[in-house]
Parts: sequence; C-alpha cells; structure tokens
Amino acid sequence: MIKTDVVIIGAGPTGLFCAHQLGIIGLKCEIVDNLDKIGGQCIELYPDKPIYDIPAVPKCTGEELTNNLIEQIKPFNFNFHLSDRVQELKNENNKWLVKTLNGKEFETPNIVIAGGVGSFEPRKFPTKSVEKYDGKSVLYSIKDKTIFKDKSVIIFGGGDSALDWAIELSNSSKVTLVHRRDEFRGAPASVQKIKELSDNKTIDLITKYSIKDVKGNGSLESVEIKSESGESKVIKADYVLGFFGLIMQLGPIADWGLNLDKKTIPVNTENFETNKKGIFAIGDICTYPGKLKLILSGFHEGALAARGCFKYARPDEKYRFEFTTASNTIKDRLGVKE
Amino acid sequence: MAKIKYIEFNGTEHEADVANGLSVMEGAVQNNIPGIDADCGGGMSCATCHVYINDDEWFRKLPEKEMGEDDMLDQAFEPKSNSRLSCQLIVSDDLDGLTVHMPEKQV
Repeated sequence: MIKTDVVIIGAGPTGLFCAHQLGIIGLKCEIVDNLDKIGGQCIELYPDKPIYDIPAVPKCTGEELTNNLIEQIKPFNFNFHLSDRVQELKNENNKWLVKTLNGKEFETPNIVIAGGVGSFEPRKFPTKSVEKYDGKSVLYSIKDKTIFKDKSVIIFGGGDSALDWAIELSNSSKVTLVHRRDEFRGAPASVQKIKELSDNKTIDLITKYSIKDVKGNGSLESVEIKSESGESKVIKADYVLGFFGLIMQLGPIADWGLNLDKKTIPVNTENFETNKKGIFAIGDICTYPGKLKLILSGFHEGALAARGCFKYARPDEKYRFEFTTASNTIKDRLGVKE
Repeated sequence: MAKIKYIEFNGTEHEADVANGLSVMEGAVQNNIPGIDADCGGGMSCATCHVYINDDEWFRKLPEKEMGEDDMLDQAFEPKSNSRLSCQLIVSDDLDGLTVHMPEKQV
C-alpha cells in the first residue's frame, strides 16, 4: 500500500502540470497511466504535429511539450505507474483506497482524474462472431510471437504495427495481410518490403477487403473476408491479428459514481472537484460552462485542483499563496540555489 | 450557411443549418445530433466523426481528402470508399443540401 497526498490518473500534459503544481505547494503524488509512456494524447496521437497555442511557446510538437513537462517536474521525483489503469476506488474514513489493474494499491485523500477522453485501448474487429475468440486466437497485440510458429496467421491493417508484424512473422508463419485499400500508411521502407514479400510469394497480400466473419468449431478455423462490392473469400487461419490503432474508452471511470455528462465529468470551477469529495477532474475529461478543450485550460485547471487537494491532504495547515520567483520554500522544493 | 441532413444508422433524420466555416462534424455536435462522437475535437486524430456520403455526385463534389484522412479512416468502424471524416468537411454555401449517413457506431 502506497500512501500519498494525491493519485493522478493520466500522464498527459494536464496531469503532468498538475503534478508540478502539487510539487510546488509541497504535496506528493503518484501518477498512473494506461499507456506505456508519458504524454497522453500528445505522444500517442500527435507526437510530431506542431502545437501553436501554448502560451509563450510559439510552436512545439506534442513530444517536445511532453519532454519539457517531464523536465519541469523532475525535481519532485514523482513515481509513474505506466501500462496500468486505476480500476477500483473505495472510500474509507475520508481516504480513497485505489486499486490498479496490475494490483497496486494506494491510500490517498485526493484523486485527480486527468484522463483525457479515457484510456487508450486497441480498436477491435466490428464483427460480433470474433468476440468468442478474443484473447485466444484473435489478438490485438502480441506478447509472445513464438505461438505463431508454423501457423496460418491473418493480419488486418495498413499501419506500421500491421506491416512490421507481417514482415516479422513471415519468417516462421504463413502470413496473409489484408487491408481495406491499396495504400498503406506504414513507413515507406516497410511498405516496400511488404510488396517484395508479396511478389516473391512469401506472404499473401489481399487489398480492398475487410473481415466479414470467422468460423470455427471450438477453435478458430477460417476467416471470411469481403470486398466492398460483395465478393467474399474464405481463408484458413489459426490466428487473426487486428491492428486498427487505438480508441479512447472511458473505462472504469464510469463506475465510480461520478456525475457524467456524455463522456465528461462535470466539475465546479473553483477547484475542479467533482460530485465526490476529494475527486477532482481536469483537462479534456472535465466539463463546466464555457469549457475549452485546450492544453492551456488544462494547466489552469490543474493549478486550482492542486490547491483543492491541499485542503484534504493538510487539513491542519493553512495554504499560503507564494510566487516561484520569491519563495525560498519553493526554491528548496525545486532544488534551485541562488 | 448550408442545410445539412444527418441520417443516423437507424434511419432517424436530423437537419441543421450550419454556418459557413464550421465543419459538418461541428454542425452535428453543436446541434446535439447523436451518432458523431468527435473524441479528438476535430484534430483528424480519432476517426470518431466518420460518415458515409451515399450520393455519388455529392461525394465527388466534396473537397478532396487531404493527406492523413484516409489513414485515419483505416481505423474507423467499417470504412468504405464513400467514407469521410466529417471534421474535414468545411461548410460553405456549396454544401447546401448535403446528406451524410452515420455508421452503425463510431468505435
């Protein structure tokens, strides 16, 4: 059990800057994120796309913004718990007991949800019949590639994951790559390699087709694919892999008894607390009259939520407002000497 | 200004007057028309504002897809050759009378 002042859910820019504000006012926090890296949407969706509306930064990419925020909170040595997801919350004696998917437990008076539009999860096949094979012979990520040795594997998708795995698995499996159009969005070198492997018959490349149905008797036997004009083909398969990118799901957040408005959480604009005492929501996931889904709004929300957390984390102390330029206490916390 | 018709997968029709300069996606969201999620808010990074343009003539008349739109559509639910991301369809008087059909779901 890790005891802390605040658990932040989400390591995107909003969560990171909130952590900074917590550090500045002398609170500790632990940061949990479903992705395997820090940065949230900035790093997952647009690491290379320039952002033009960060105050005083005329232009930076999602990756640069993330790296700078990481640098900014370095002095506080906060822990990150990546590839993990907060699953359960329970209130006991005015403390929140937090459990994650990987079995970590926290005790904290405050939770800050900075979850963007939810956690990123693999986009799955639209076909209902596929579900019963999910996690067994229908997979959306690969943990152990040896299971595919000498098997028939059908890979769906046109991005880097689909192409890279098609190339990799073609060494030891019978690979069929199916994509809905002729163009691929993967790296040009990979596209070139796929075309070579297709030309020399190492892999079967089928374009302008998508999945229609899967068939099997207990275990998966074949996959039916269809073209837009209605032609269909049946291919024998031991495994089906789908690489359609990630989608954002609200996930367990929906089960915590918070008021929800569509996929967002209503908050007050004084400290961004939700209807639950000690649970705050900031960034894209919160809503209030006039809400703008801008990174800069998330920063402001995080700064105020951090002060809201102070009240519950230090009930016997009075919060004192200080400037980073003037306060020696803050300079000590940042480890800067003059 | 253009009158845009949004037809849900179940056939329910909605019509909205959408101001020039807004996207077809924004026209739906601002008028509380269900069926277009637009998780990323119009950044062409989520494929949850996916629509079909069933009328061939209209499909050809729309501004061409820019780089990246088809890449995102790869990740949409049941993309077809007449698929578009509605966040990329910017409304002008020329779009008056456009009808978009929604997919069964967005994710």
